Amino acid sequence: MTARLTETGAPAGTAVEALIPAMTEICGPDGVLSDPLQLATYECDGLTSHRCSPGLVVLPTTAEQVAAVVAACARAGIPFVARGSGTGLSGGALPRADGVLIVTSKMRRIIAIDAASRRAIVEPGVTNLSVSKAAEPYRLFYAPDPSSQVVCSVGGNVAENSGGAHCLKHGFTVHHVTGLQIVTPDGELTWLGDGTGAAPGYDLVGAFTGSEGTLGIVTKIIVKLTRIPEAVTTLLAAFRTMGAGGAAVSAIIGSGILPGAIEMMDALAIEAAEAAVACRYPEGAGAVLIVELDGPAGDVERETAAVRAICEREGAYEIRAAHDAAERAAIWTGRKSAFAAVGRISPAYIVQDGVVPRTALGEVLDRIAELSAASGIRVANVFHAGDGNLHPLVLFDDAKPGAEEAAEVVSGQILDLCIEHGGSITGEHGVGMDKSRYMPKMFGPGDLDTMQLLRCAFDPAGLCNPGKIFPTPRLCGEVPGVRREAHPLVASGQVDQF
Amino acid sequence: MTLPGVLSSACAEVREAGPDDLVAGVAARFVARPADVAEAAAVMRAAADEGLTALPRGTGTRLAWGSPPASCDLVIDTRGLNRVLEHAAGDLVVRVQAGVGLDQLAATLAAAGQRLALDPPWPGTIGGLLATGVAGPLRLRYGTPRDLVIGITVVRADGTVASSGGKVVKNVAGYDLGKLFAGSYGTLGLIAEAAFRLHPLPAATAFVTLDAADPDAAQAAVAAAADSPLAPSAAEINCPARGEPVRVGVLLEGDADGVAERCARLTRLLGDGASASPTAPAWWGRGAAAEPDGTVIRIGFWAEALPAVLAAVAAAASDAGLDPLVGGSAAAGVIHAAVPGDAPAAAVARFVDRLRAALGGPAVAPAAAAELAGAVSGPGRLVSAAAASPSAAVGVPAATSPASADVPPSWASAVVLHAPPEVRAAVDMWGPVPSPGLMRAVKAQFDPGHRMAPGRFAGGI
Repeated sequence: MTARLTETGAPAGTAVEALIPAMTEICGPDGVLSDPLQLATYECDGLTSHRCSPGLVVLPTTAEQVAAVVAACARAGIPFVARGSGTGLSGGALPRADGVLIVTSKMRRIIAIDAASRRAIVEPGVTNLSVSKAAEPYRLFYAPDPSSQVVCSVGGNVAENSGGAHCLKHGFTVHHVTGLQIVTPDGELTWLGDGTGAAPGYDLVGAFTGSEGTLGIVTKIIVKLTRIPEAVTTLLAAFRTMGAGGAAVSAIIGSGILPGAIEMMDALAIEAAEAAVACRYPEGAGAVLIVELDGPAGDVERETAAVRAICEREGAYEIRAAHDAAERAAIWTGRKSAFAAVGRISPAYIVQDGVVPRTALGEVLDRIAELSAASGIRVANVFHAGDGNLHPLVLFDDAKPGAEEAAEVVSGQILDLCIEHGGSITGEHGVGMDKSRYMPKMFGPGDLDTMQLLRCAFDPAGLCNPGKIFPTPRLCGEVPGVRREAHPLVASGQVDQF
Repeated sequence: MTLPGVLSSACAEVREAGPDDLVAGVAARFVARPADVAEAAAVMRAAADEGLTALPRGTGTRLAWGSPPASCDLVIDTRGLNRVLEHAAGDLVVRVQAGVGLDQLAATLAAAGQRLALDPPWPGTIGGLLATGVAGPLRLRYGTPRDLVIGITVVRADGTVASSGGKVVKNVAGYDLGKLFAGSYGTLGLIAEAAFRLHPLPAATAFVTLDAADPDAAQAAVAAAADSPLAPSAAEINCPARGEPVRVGVLLEGDADGVAERCARLTRLLGDGASASPTAPAWWGRGAAAEPDGTVIRIGFWAEALPAVLAAVAAAASDAGLDPLVGGSAAAGVIHAAVPGDAPAAAVARFVDRLRAALGGPAVAPAAAAELAGAVSGPGRLVSAAAASPSAAVGVPAATSPASADVPPSWASAVVLHAPPEVRAAVDMWGPVPSPGLMRAVKAQFDPGHRMAPGRFAGGI
């Protein structure tokens, strides 16, 4: 086996272990984990199909400690991976056996809430929901709301450019971040942006957000806070068919209304949710639509009436409306539990995350049904219908030999469908480890090479979360331009590109 | 082959530059007008082979923005890239080429009841809009071009054509080059095509205006609107001259009933002197940012610091003997100051220097952060936390000031967007930028020969 580019000459384990004294100096004895049993608890993130015990885990409590840890890694040529709460679904925080896993979950100070400027400064380990809770007394909230918001960290949200059910109206993480303090891959602490959203120079805040931990480690985040809407109404509409539900979605968007969220579930997903949490959605539904409207009270009232009328016109046979938090929670229960609920009707499943233009939803769903019928593999559909973000759940029995592989095939075919229809291989879960092999299907060699210029600017040594996003790393030292032949080190068999 | 021959073999429409092709006073040698992306790539490749400096140009609306380029051998005129590639009305998405005019695009989209929710003072082309990152009053609700661009195709300095993003709004596959190229002033490559998220055209609009006696009253009105649940699309101020009342205007958009209702509520909320109108006040979108000549400065700040920023502008102006026109998107933390073209360059330079000094100081720090700085300047918990790390042995960078470790080094900035030649010679157009080293590293990767608009951008890029 050949050595990897990112390694120094010493065998992996030894090189990482040699860092233990320095890491203990920086993070204290409580901040360094090297016991194999402890390391094993960090072997995967929310995507459990990829596992790798880290060489070492550090738990810094300050930005300065993160900088010192990264500097030590950089000096030793040891790769490092940042991890927040570990809820990511693409293996973006998958550790390296030959590297250091830098866990930011002890950095959870909310440094400042500036209500008058509608900004907050937080540390990366702060959970998404706790920002909104801290802002609530000022009638403000932090808008991006990934479904894991109770536990997921803002640092992880920045890495993944997280969305959520309400990003249809309110935007993604990148629309709500105006400043970042980062540790660069060579261990320097620096600020990108100044919190205003109007700092001079390149928009490195925008470029960094969503870079999946490959450009550095975020240590402070300045986020925008949004006025809590005056009124929120949630409608649940039951349709006999997915086609009818899809037509209602198109009609709502076509009417000029921009709901906070439009979510859809198919019969199988409803069945699972019913089994798991008894959400009591209308019986006989081939599709349920959840439409949430938020804004000034009068507008919400009129829009609710309009959406109700549209749903009825498109064949909804039962519509429920929630006007308070408890009623709203009742409607959302089924939707929010859908992923986990599928565990009730299948021993195992793959959560897919693809995007298609909203207008292609109907056709793509038909094609997914055909794939399911042809393969005999069940697919439950839960999705953010408003923005065409599909989360097909591909069900399989992991006790049956070959079942997982067959499910993977169907899951991959669904991504092919998304690309074919001008969509994306990921709407919010990220590429990470899981989907790097699909990147060349969505992007050409020139595209991928150009993206990696940014990587080379931040991380020329390729030590910062290596092996994620890109199927083939760019060797940053080479003459810029389109690579026309194999890198000499690769050609001579001295290193692998991975 | 001669240089014109090389360029002409790459791009059918190439000519020698004339007096109308000056870039911020710098003479260009050639102008190429590619008709498609392939030609644009070919001519960029030819420029790379010949070592030519190059600079993209649309209608030239903002060509004089930034520092003058060190040289400009080749102007790439994007107006031949003039097709609306796809308007997916049902998806609220449009894909366009860089040379499409904003006005032309607006007309196309309006036919379907939609818009690109950006209202810069001068329309220009899509490429120019993206490259300069300009926005108007709507930035409060919709942001700037970087917030609405969902896909981009660029031609790199070496002629490589590259895309990122796509034509769906929700997409996190790969790095987002659209964000990087937005506001890059042509220094990273040529923007050839872009895709944008669209919004429905509002059925109704209303403007609630009032004259505020002083900056504090203006800030109170702006904050009341922005903190209200009435979803304003914009909240602007306009200060025509020192000592005069500050005009405040708030834009409400939506369906007719909703706008009428919210308009009545906002008028009550803003109190005596507030009045409503379905049409924009004369100054709307025509303030300092729209001054075509003279010196225009963009000031970014934390919204609550508006009175401090206005005071800083007034003090710097008074010190320099100037009386600038001031106004802009107060609730979004971006205003502009404009000084007439006949103002003495030394005075303008003094104004900019004084202003930057004030904006770099504590007066414009948000109160919450100032409290934080106070809390940690003594033996606070942050000091303890930093001291607890045994830093000396392993060279941990000690937090020189705990406050500075927790907050950005500055809270505001002043960028001179454009200025007469004498002023340009006397001021640093960009002022200090965050992380200049990383910015230079990005530039070096995308344009290692430093041929794309060299010297035009922040940090000498």
